Amino acid sequence: MILQAENVTKYYGEFRALHDVTLGVSAGEFVSIIGPNGAGKSTLLNLLTGLARPSSGTVRFKDRDITGIGPVKLAKLGMARSFQLVQIFPDLTVRETLQAAVAARLRRGRRIFASLRGDRDIRDGAEEVAALFGLDAKRRALARELPQGDKKLLDVASAFALRPEIILLDEPTSGVSTADKTRIMEILVRAAKTIGLQAIIQVEHDMDIVFGFSDRIVALHQGAVLADATPREVQADQRLVDMVVGRRRGASA
Amino acid sequence: MRQALVLAVALAAVVAVPWIAPIYHVLLMLPFMAYGVVLLGLNLLFGYTGLVSFGHALFIGLGAYTAAFLTGLFKVRALEVILLTAAVVAAVVAMPVAAFCVRYVKIYFGMLTLAFGMVFYTFLLKFYRLTGGDEGMPVARPFLLGRDLGDMPKIEYLAGPYYYYSLVVLIVAIAVMWRIVHSPFGLCLKTIRDNPAKAETLGISVPHYRWTAFVISAVYAGVGGALLATPTGNVDPTLAYWTHSGNLVFMTLLGGFASFFGPLVGAFVFIYLQDFVMSVVPYWRLVFGAILAALVIFAPGGLLGLFPRRRVIEAA
Repeated sequence: MILQAENVTKYYGEFRALHDVTLGVSAGEFVSIIGPNGAGKSTLLNLLTGLARPSSGTVRFKDRDITGIGPVKLAKLGMARSFQLVQIFPDLTVRETLQAAVAARLRRGRRIFASLRGDRDIRDGAEEVAALFGLDAKRRALARELPQGDKKLLDVASAFALRPEIILLDEPTSGVSTADKTRIMEILVRAAKTIGLQAIIQVEHDMDIVFGFSDRIVALHQGAVLADATPREVQADQRLVDMVVGRRRGASA
Repeated sequence: MRQALVLAVALAAVVAVPWIAPIYHVLLMLPFMAYGVVLLGLNLLFGYTGLVSFGHALFIGLGAYTAAFLTGLFKVRALEVILLTAAVVAAVVAMPVAAFCVRYVKIYFGMLTLAFGMVFYTFLLKFYRLTGGDEGMPVARPFLLGRDLGDMPKIEYLAGPYYYYSLVVLIVAIAVMWRIVHSPFGLCLKTIRDNPAKAETLGISVPHYRWTAFVISAVYAGVGGALLATPTGNVDPTLAYWTHSGNLVFMTLLGGFASFFGPLVGAFVFIYLQDFVMSVVPYWRLVFGAILAALVIFAPGGLLGLFPRRRVIEAA
């Protein structure tokens, strides 16, 4: 088990966002968290990444308690995360963005008088990730000038450039066209294999993506785990699909 | 390539100034070079890290008063020692000040730097036994490379050896800053400027980088302040006053904070424009206010922003 949440409960004031959730993720798994709005998906992701502190329960990553650890230490521990809203460095090029991530991974960001251009490890590391994500042809473009789908890719690519052991993605395909969604997911899964990523956890609304790519689905409803099963089992349970996704999508499954 | 050519021409022109320009203009170049050093540092914070300081006159003041104390009280006249000491003093003061300031961003950061600047200004003003109060302190003519040039007429000293000494300091300051902004550290600063939250998810510890950038910028301001003190021959508390900090921000905006050389252009234009406007109308601040307003509205990228660099966007 790489990442484990045990009996986590989260209150926001009087409101109970998550109730007694236990969830473990093992190496080699691609886990999707689904559920209607307000089910507690983002709260769970925030707890799993140590961004928020559970009211009770523990979250452990590689057997280490990571509650409230903060993003910087988390990245150094080997867990990367992307957010629902695309996060880029608008005035940096694609190459610079990836170089920054590689420099951070190699702990070379503090090298004040070193030449960035002369650092082969940083350069090659960034080139490699750019190629992996199909961004090599656009490496000199400014991040803000990229189309939305590529911005999303760059965001995820910079997380991959950290070579994490596990990555948590909050709606990696939100806000991009249907054609782009599949492309992004395919690139992502291929890249995960190449860099030896151990596990992916994603929050996703698009059920085609969820059923098409996950090994395991965790369905949340009103802050509790409603189901933790394979895509096949979830698809077979019409009542469950209706509850967490809504009828329209359930029919197409 | 084009940039290298422009640079070479600019450098040649600056080298030639003492031979071809009237003495008045040669002397105007001295504050330009001193401010050039200061602004290179300020822009590491402003243009590269995204923090606007309204208190950097504090470090100019520290550098200038260091020169006054060393040449006066301690009889240390070597300019190399003065510049080095100014750098160290600025760094030592900047370390705790930066630790406070970098916990805040935007206007809060600006206000806090301003507050620290005003504390120092008040100190200079009120501790007159030590600092000479509003009259300030004299700065004796420093030795250059171990040579006492005390017999030289002052104008000749400033327009000759001191001019070239300042130029060399400026060139070294440019070279070092160029290395810094093109290092992995410089790249990490730019990520913080653009999106600090995202930078953190990459494992970049934002406060540490901001702190380091602040201290480096203070060192530059300290050295520039020491360089500024000699031509005037006297230092006083207005060096550390907040309007002086404001001028630094103005110069940076004028030239353009988005480019490496923008602040240098800003310093140059500011000094000559100020000199010109002051000679024409008594209300130079009125004119400068109008220029600043026009700049923000019509040329937010500053003078160098008017010549956008083309970027190649390769097709997918």
